[in-house]
Amino acid sequence: MNDILSPPVSRAGLHEEPTANTVLQEIKATVGTATVENPKMQARNVDVHYGEKQAIFDVSLDIGNNEVVAMIGPSGCGKSTFLRCLNRMNDSIPSCRVSGEMSLDGEDLYGPDLDPVLLRARVGMVFQKPNPFAKSIYDNVAYGPRIHGLAGNRGELDEIVTESLKRAGLFDEVKDRLDAPGTGLSGGQQQRLCIARTIAVSPEVILMDEPCSALDPIATARIEELIDELRQNYAIAIVTHSMQQAARVSQRTAYFHLGKLVEVNDTNSVFTNPQHELTENYITGRFG
Amino acid sequence: MDKLHLDQHISQQFNLELEEIRNKVLSMGGLVEQQVANGLTALLEGDGDLGQTVSQSDYQVNALEVEIDEECTQVLARRQPAASDLRLIVTVIKVITDLERIGDEAEKLGRFSVELGGPDTGDYRKELRHLGELVKTMLRDALDAFARMDVNAAIQVASRDDDVNREYGSLERLLGTHLVEDPRQVSKLFKITWCARALERIGDHSVNICEYVVYLVKGRDIRHTSFDQIKNEFLQSPEPGDKA
Repeated sequence: MNDILSPPVSRAGLHEEPTANTVLQEIKATVGTATVENPKMQARNVDVHYGEKQAIFDVSLDIGNNEVVAMIGPSGCGKSTFLRCLNRMNDSIPSCRVSGEMSLDGEDLYGPDLDPVLLRARVGMVFQKPNPFAKSIYDNVAYGPRIHGLAGNRGELDEIVTESLKRAGLFDEVKDRLDAPGTGLSGGQQQRLCIARTIAVSPEVILMDEPCSALDPIATARIEELIDELRQNYAIAIVTHSMQQAARVSQRTAYFHLGKLVEVNDTNSVFTNPQHELTENYITGRFG
Repeated sequence: MDKLHLDQHISQQFNLELEEIRNKVLSMGGLVEQQVANGLTALLEGDGDLGQTVSQSDYQVNALEVEIDEECTQVLARRQPAASDLRLIVTVIKVITDLERIGDEAEKLGRFSVELGGPDTGDYRKELRHLGELVKTMLRDALDAFARMDVNAAIQVASRDDDVNREYGSLERLLGTHLVEDPRQVSKLFKITWCARALERIGDHSVNICEYVVYLVKGRDIRHTSFDQIKNEFLQSPEPGDKA
């Protein structure tokens, strides 16, 4: 009878103090479904090292079109490292080595022919802290289209800026002061300005690294509403420390632990009936 | 409750809150069980005083339901529980609703025992003994399965509802026959039929509690699922000696 009653996951290491090694041995394979039917980005067997230290172990995960994938996990679990691999932001760290396969629409992200600058236009990123340039609101949004030559003339550029600000839900609040410095906006407005700047270059994927951690609940709600609208046109991956946020905005949730992808499943399942003990412990606050 | 590791949250306060809710549900279960047992004794023994006590004690069950409901609402609002914690709160909210209704049925037994008065010749209420014992045991085992979070036991208890329904069906026929044979007893026979109905309902509520136990432990909602399907999914390899 006990066999049937046992949860479907191992509880090894729960009652004694788990060491990093025992936990890593316990995470043998990702629980759940890492693949989707219409992937925009695919990662297969990705390992990441910082010098001698391995930060990501054999992670495979798809990011599908028109979906939000939330990546959750304790600090240092590798979720941000993994996110940054998706648009080669880790290239700037000399000791960082990425192996395995990553692709965008089937194209190898780390292939010799791929220009990382163009990749970052296709895979945009929004950071934890709003980081508008010390320029006007208009120029912040126009910056990307200008350097990528997306607008033929001023009229087209105006249209891109207006459209991007509208889609970021900021236009009505700033339309009368587009020449004012972007840094003068409130935190929530700055973050929406950064999102407008990201979508101005028509990316295909948006990566968000804790985009709301510096924002109040109202600004957070606006960003989350925006994420939901953006999902209609983009694939989105978001790293968040707020489990409630992951539950609210994502369709799939991936739980990382000590560099391994422990579980990935549809968000409803993860938050009501996670399959792995470690996921359960983390989202219910049983994790040390 | 150990299986869900309720005492292992980082927040000690959260541990205490869940523990308190759990204890109150178990207390409520104990109280309801006692009410049913007393209601049944009052009925079968013709003990009007005990029946009176049962029907006057129902407010305690109701008060506990309101109190636990309130505590669950507080946990939902303040802790935003997820996974097994969320399932526990949802389960508790549902279990106490069924417990309260069982309490109402027990109260009915008490009330009817007063109305039926002391035992007399030609009394048909003894026919209820078997059904009463069946549902009393079923309720006790359902609460036990909840306390121990025992999925196997829960499913086995739920399967006993067929026996209860069969017994209730034959009681109905028997009481119908008595009614034809002895029409002077119509009033009493109706009351006894109502008591049989109350007992059968207690069986149904016990089944509900068992279904919530499966949801709590396995995360699967088995309501409105055929018993064969449930058995196939959860009882694939019962140990030898397990009671069906």
